[in-house]
Amino acid sequence: MKLPIYMDNHATTRVDPRVFEAMRPYFGDTFGNAASRNHSFGWEAEEAVEKARKQIASIIGATNKEIVFTSGATESNNLAIKGVAEMYAEKGNHIITAATEHKAVLDTCKRLEKDGVRVTYLPVQQNGLIDMDQLREAITDKTILITIMYANNEIGVLQPIAEIGKLAKQRGVLFHTDATQAVGKVPVNVIADNVDLMSISAHKMYGPKGVGALYVRRRSPRVQLTAQIDGGGHERGMRSGTLNVPGIVGLGEACALSQAGLAEESKRMEYLRDKLKDRLLASLDECYINGTMEHRLPNNLNISFAYVEGESLLMGINDIAVSSGSACTSATLEPSYVLKALGAGDDLAHSSIRFGLGRFNTEEEVDYVAEKVIDVVKKLRELSPLYEMHKEGIDLTKVQWTAH
Amino acid sequence: MAYSNKVLDHYNNPRNVGSLDKSDPNVGTGMVGAPECGDVMKLQVKVNPETGVIEDAKFKTFGCGSAIASSSLATEWLRGKTVDEALEIKNTDIVNELSLPPVKIHCSVLAEDAIKAAIGDYKKKAASKNQSVGVNA
Repeated sequence: MKLPIYMDNHATTRVDPRVFEAMRPYFGDTFGNAASRNHSFGWEAEEAVEKARKQIASIIGATNKEIVFTSGATESNNLAIKGVAEMYAEKGNHIITAATEHKAVLDTCKRLEKDGVRVTYLPVQQNGLIDMDQLREAITDKTILITIMYANNEIGVLQPIAEIGKLAKQRGVLFHTDATQAVGKVPVNVIADNVDLMSISAHKMYGPKGVGALYVRRRSPRVQLTAQIDGGGHERGMRSGTLNVPGIVGLGEACALSQAGLAEESKRMEYLRDKLKDRLLASLDECYINGTMEHRLPNNLNISFAYVEGESLLMGINDIAVSSGSACTSATLEPSYVLKALGAGDDLAHSSIRFGLGRFNTEEEVDYVAEKVIDVVKKLRELSPLYEMHKEGIDLTKVQWTAH
Repeated sequence: MAYSNKVLDHYNNPRNVGSLDKSDPNVGTGMVGAPECGDVMKLQVKVNPETGVIEDAKFKTFGCGSAIASSSLATEWLRGKTVDEALEIKNTDIVNELSLPPVKIHCSVLAEDAIKAAIGDYKKKAASKNQSVGVNA
């Protein structure tokens, strides 16, 4: 077993060697511009791009003409939300999203608010899921878009996408979902789920960074977008810019591999994840799982180890790459807004660790991680005045703290 | 973020971890911070009432590595100092000793607050003891 162990696969994933091999020719002899119509270099590049388009369409149940290539899911989210807001401005100016969305969605919505768009940020329940009744009530005749993520990047919970899609269709509202964490991990189908727009990223599914896609529905309804990047009119005018041919080939191959192995891989992820969870919970008291286990990505585990601060825990397990919702690990010095939205309390947000399992993790690594985390949590609890008070039976919520 | 070697040393080998008897009249206890802010420090000193010298200091800290290191260092510095000397420890001394980056300065402030709270608690206890002795006499 090689150290350090990478278990932060919601942040990014290692490029699968098969993906890398598929990309390699496009850095070499096959370097053409896919938009060059009058020589073989261009034709070969275009052929590679069209093959990738089919592979991507296939994994989400779309058709190849519905795939628009972008630089990644952040751009896809921007294009979907801003593009709809602009295109459908005459129809309405109201967008519905959720408090636990990725910043690429939330900050895009905040930007639109400055331009007069009204945005509803739905709260989530303690299990991390939106309440369908609240969504239903939030829709008005001015609502043009619902944007709710498929799977959450911190707690891995799967929103009720099929239900949202059905409701959106009934009410004549477009439905965008940021499926960055979901595609390749769980079965996704834009037809069955009535999704109109879907954001996809390559580097979360063993593809390269800097390439993604936006699914844009062509039929019932035909979704139109105002382009956010102007230029040569690539991607049917929706996204100008010379196509990143090697990246696109990588995204296509990543989709094909994930689709072919999905059932087996998700079963393996779930086995490893549950093993990690069970070992931690068997050896440590006062652990809280953030978000429902029932509707969740098979590779995600997010646990708060009460009375232990997240960054100090990361320091103790420095040969394991994971993430924490602790403020001390974030640039903003604020604890995770996703965990706060669950209503768990800031103290548990500070104590959280996100484990993101991936294709290249082994059972041996999971065993090592479990042992190490258990050791360090025990050590830090020996150091923790809060754990001592808890053991003395003091209710920490009743203590008069000197907040600073 | 890269930690300084001194922070790592205190984190890996924290000095003077533990608790002193809160009800001992010679023990001063300071507890500062809040769980929702991500750090709580408990710092205790045991003072020789004859000499005013801190004979023992213990801490427990919930917080990041820099918070643990700041309080661990504080207990080292407190031992052997008089209570008045202890009050002269400044957060900037801790920042310099541990090479804390700007985002971690609040950890050193918290440690200084913990020292002041512990000494303050001891002084309050000592004053009330003297007072009650006076009443009885």
